[in-house]
This record gives sequence, structure tokens and C-alpha cells, in this order.
Amino acid sequence: MFGYYVRLALKSFGRNPGISALMVLAIALGIAVCVMTLTVYHAMSGNPIWWKNDRLYAVTMDNWDPNHALNPRNDLPPPEMTYKDTQFLYASNIPVRKVVMYSTEGVISGAGSGPPTQVATRVTSADFFAMFEVPFLYGNGWSRTADQPAQPVVVLSRKENDKLFGGANSVGRTLRWNDHEFRIIGVLGDWFPRPRYYDLNGGNFQEPDDAYIPYGWGAELELQNKEENDCWRPEKLDNFQDYLASDCVWQQMWVELPDAASRERFRSFMYGYWADQRRAGRFPRPQNNRLSNVAQWLRDNEVVDNDNRVLVGLAFAFLALCLINTVGLLLAKFLNGAAVSGIRRALGASRRQIFAQVLIEVGVLAATGAVLGLALAALGLAAVHHLYAAAHLGQRGGYQELMHFDAVGVIWAVVLALAATLAAGFYPAWRIGRLSPAVYLKSQ
Amino acid sequence: MLKMQDVSKIYRTELIETYALRRFSLEVAAGEFVAITGPSGSGKTTFLNVAGLLEEFDSGSYWLEGHDVRGLSDDARSRLRNERIGFIFQSFNLIPDLDVYDNIEVPLRYRRLSGADRRERIGSALELVGLASRARHMPSQLSGGQQQRVAIARAIAGDPAFLLADEPTGNLDSLMSRQVMDLLEQINDMGTTILLVTHDPELARRAQRNVHLVDGQISDFRAYEPRVATPGAAGSAGVIA
Repeated sequence: MFGYYVRLALKSFGRNPGISALMVLAIALGIAVCVMTLTVYHAMSGNPIWWKNDRLYAVTMDNWDPNHALNPRNDLPPPEMTYKDTQFLYASNIPVRKVVMYSTEGVISGAGSGPPTQVATRVTSADFFAMFEVPFLYGNGWSRTADQPAQPVVVLSRKENDKLFGGANSVGRTLRWNDHEFRIIGVLGDWFPRPRYYDLNGGNFQEPDDAYIPYGWGAELELQNKEENDCWRPEKLDNFQDYLASDCVWQQMWVELPDAASRERFRSFMYGYWADQRRAGRFPRPQNNRLSNVAQWLRDNEVVDNDNRVLVGLAFAFLALCLINTVGLLLAKFLNGAAVSGIRRALGASRRQIFAQVLIEVGVLAATGAVLGLALAALGLAAVHHLYAAAHLGQRGGYQELMHFDAVGVIWAVVLALAATLAAGFYPAWRIGRLSPAVYLKSQ
Repeated sequence: MLKMQDVSKIYRTELIETYALRRFSLEVAAGEFVAITGPSGSGKTTFLNVAGLLEEFDSGSYWLEGHDVRGLSDDARSRLRNERIGFIFQSFNLIPDLDVYDNIEVPLRYRRLSGADRRERIGSALELVGLASRARHMPSQLSGGQQQRVAIARAIAGDPAFLLADEPTGNLDSLMSRQVMDLLEQINDMGTTILLVTHDPELARRAQRNVHLVDGQISDFRAYEPRVATPGAAGSAGVIA
């Protein structure tokens, strides 16, 4: 009977093309707005490494001004740490993996025939790739021994490798980074965690860096963080050594702690260090050491702000409005065709069969609305992408990176359209099934 | 085969109660051709709707081929209606966006017959009503008489035991009316029981028995000479005049 009901539904659309088109349009608009909003919300609120949520922790300690918290609203410590604190904590063997890092700028030359280019470069310890499960297209990262003393090795992003070497396997080749020769040991595969949870500086949805060099080069080449260098008091910073010794925060630290016991041990380790430093005159604020898992880290840094949540609510309200209109139109359409339902009842259709037939007609409407809604959502996302791209000309990353349609969005659209429209069609279908056929048979 | 005993059907509004049928009793035997006559508002159509399981009744008993229909679920009533009863209406009640073939197919679809079975039954029904060449015509492309013949084909395609006809010639001219009545007689001769609601005394006389209703009650019975030998004997309740 399903095929028969679908055929009847299509005939019914042909009988009332105007009202059918209106319903499809109402559903499609509601779905499109919802899918667009949800796509962005999903991308923003997603935890791109959820399967390690109970293993990965951002390490922070509050060494800020004793009289003014850095974040008075939520009393969070600074998201970066001082060089000297990271050095001490990094020496711990409690974490199975540990990363200390920051982002800087460099200039690559001597690779291919192109002119020198400025590249975002991550100065990081070796565990970065394994800890954040970064895929490699060619080669690998480096070992911890390459961090200190720093070995002249570099890993390129796929995009940078495409740009410099046309996508060829460049492992083993050399290039010059800030006029120092580096050997390429790895090229990343496609990797674009959204949001860029491990470093939210410069935008939550920034692209990953173009190049990666061992952490030891930071001190060796006196490389500063290109995004964050915050000091809570005036300090004498005449040279790079002063900077390393200062209480300015600019280095990020993450650790991988596989179980509750290791987490507790690392907490104790941090506390011991904090207590020692406090006795020595540092850390004037109350103890506020934190190990934040990725989900907590994203919440603390308000990657999804309230505006987005409100927007999702508004989108659903709009969908509800569209569906209420659709219910009205469905009622009008089906009550208008009640006589035909009466004939079918007289010919042997049960209430259940009439109900099923009407619901399938609604389902066909929903499917059509979903397809149109998907098309509209894709169009809308593309338009917003272009608007953002135009507004941030020359910049990478940002919200425009979220404005693309993904499989999850498609599934949302279909499920939303079917569920919402079937829910909307339930009442009209029930009403039609309950009508007394005799009334319509005489008046036909 | 069809037996109603003291059946009452009441239409209620906030202010009044109207008896459409009042303690109505009737028996119809298999193969009978019974005409139901009476003035407007006498309860003829209500009787037909109750008999055809399109409406519930308020009191009394109704047995259809031995089934007490009062306790039946909607599914069971619908199945009985689909398999044992055919309807013919004054205004034909064809589904406008289905062609002749698809209209006749509707009750067969609900019976879940196979495609081949449906095709065979529709072909036979169309042959019987003389419209085999119009299978793919839309109702709007047919005359009134042709539309009513399609409705008859739809009613008999499922091989029902009962054919309930509500003023089947009411929208037709005299020539078409005769053709339709001839067809009904032919169907009755094949063994189908027919209950015909009509205003027209001439048409009523073509039935074997005439039941006259006034105010939801039988006021008169009249039996006529059988046209031809019928498979079942005429049974009735009440007085035969």
C-alpha cells in the first residue's frame, strides 16, 4: 500500500499545486534556517577530539595580579603560562604525553621556485602530533630528543606542502625558515579541528599552522608568541632572557593523563610547585591551578557564546512558526478533500488506512520540503561564507570556515523535516480519519 | 442475510433530538431487490448509511450475514464494508483525479488483492457496464450516465453480496435512468442483493419489494411480482400489503 499511497500523494499535489507549493516552501524555509544555524552551532560547539576528553588536559596556573583577577567574571587563570612554569611542569614524568608550545611567524625561503613566504609556525614539543592525533600524509613528527637541543627539522601542513612542492612528497628536502636550514621530516594530512581547541588565540576557528618546528628553537632563535604576550605588571624586558625569566604569560601547555590516579598525582605535583613558588614570593593570588579537559576548556573560553544559543532558539521558533502555518494549510487542504476521504471510507478504507494515507502524503511533502530546505541551506551557507570571506579579506580562519555543508547537516535536515512535518501532519490526519463519511457522500 | 431489529438512529443538537430511524425493523433475504421509498427526511439515506456501516446506530440490533455489527471495531466494519457491500450514489462520487480504471481499483486496493486479480476484476466490471474502452478516461470526460456506470462497476468489482444504491438515477435523464436500472436488474439477476433508495415510484416498482418510510419508521410494505426467479426467497418484517 505504501507505493499506492505515495502515488496518491503525488496526484494530490497535482490537484492542489498552489497550496502544496506553499506548504513545501514553508517547510523548506523553516528547515533551511534551522539547518544553517545548527550547522554553525554544531561546528562551534563540537569537541573535535571528544574520544580523548577524559585524557587531554589544558594546564593553567593563576600567577596574575593579586588585586585584579584576569577574568573577574569567572575567576579563570590566564590561558597561557610563563616560560619558567612550563619548563618546570614539563619536566614531570607523570603525563604519558606532554606538550608545551606557542605560535609564531616565520619566513620560508629556498623551497621550490616561489618567493619567500610568511608562514604561521608552531613552536612545539614533540608529543604534539601524537597527543592531538594529527594525521600524516608523508613522514612523521620528531622525537623528544629533537626538542632539546633543537634539531633543524620541520613538519609542513598539507596546504603549505601543496603550495611549495605542488603536493609532492617533500620529506627529506630542505628549506630555509628564518634563514636557517631545516629538513622536512613530515607533511600533515587533512587536519582542521573545529574549533582549534589546543590554541584558541586569534580566533576559535583558525586554521592549524603552516609549519611546526621543535620547541628548543624558541629559545635558540628568540621566537615570541605572535598572538599572546601578557604581563600583569611592568617588567624589565631588555632582552630575550629577561622575557624568559619574566612573569609574562605566553606559552600553552597540555598534558595527557590516562586515568584518575595520574590526574591526582599531577595535581599534587602542580600544587607542590605552586606552594614552593608562593613561598618564594610568586603566585600572590589564591591557589587556582587547573587541569581542564577539552569540553571544559571550550566552555571556559566561551567558544559557543550565548548569542549562538539564542540564535538556535530563534531558528527553532521560526521553524515552529512555519510548521504552525503548515498545519493550517494541511487542515485546509485535507478538509477540502474530506469528500474524497468519505468516498474511500465508503469503499472500505478504515480510519487507520485514511490516517496512514494522509500521513504518507505529509511525509512526501516533508521529503520535498527537506530537499528544497537542503538546497536553500546550502545556498544560504555559501552566501554567508562569501559575506564573511569578503569582510575578512586576506585573513584565514574565522566563522567563514564553518559555513560549509556537511553530512551531519544533511541528516539533520532530513530528520528535522520528517519529524517536524509528520508531527505537524498528525493532527490533520487524525481529524480526517475521524470525519463521518456519510456527511460528505450525500453532499458531494 | 440483513436483519435490523428495533434500530433507532438519533441526530442530536444542543436543543433537539431528531429520530432519523425509530425502532426500525427489516429483514432482507439474499438476492432480493428491495426499494426504499419515502418523502424527504423520512430516513431513507440514514437507513442506507446504517445498513452500509457508514454510520453507527443508537439502539437496536443489526446482523449482516450473521455478524452482529454493533460490537465490531472500525477495522472490522471497514473490512466488511469493503468485501460485502457496494455503494452507488446519486452524485456518482467518483474520485475526480483518478481515471476510470483507478477509481474502480480503489476498493480492490483496500482488499489487498494482487495486481493480476485486480486487473481481471476491473476488466470484467468494465465489460459488464459497457465501458471497457474508457478505462483511461477521467470522470470529467464522461457523461452522467457513463459516470454512474463507472460507479456501478466500482461497486460490483469486489463481488459484493449487497449493493446499496442511493437515488442512483437522481441526476440522470430518463434514458440514462432506464439503462442504469436495467444494469441493476442484471446485477440482481446475478445474485447480488440490492437495496435501492428512490423517490421515483416507477423505479420502485421495478424492485421485488417496496418499503415505504415515514419519520424513520416503515409505513407500508408492498411486494411485486418477481421479474425473474431469484436465488433467495423474499423475507420481511411487518405487514405486506
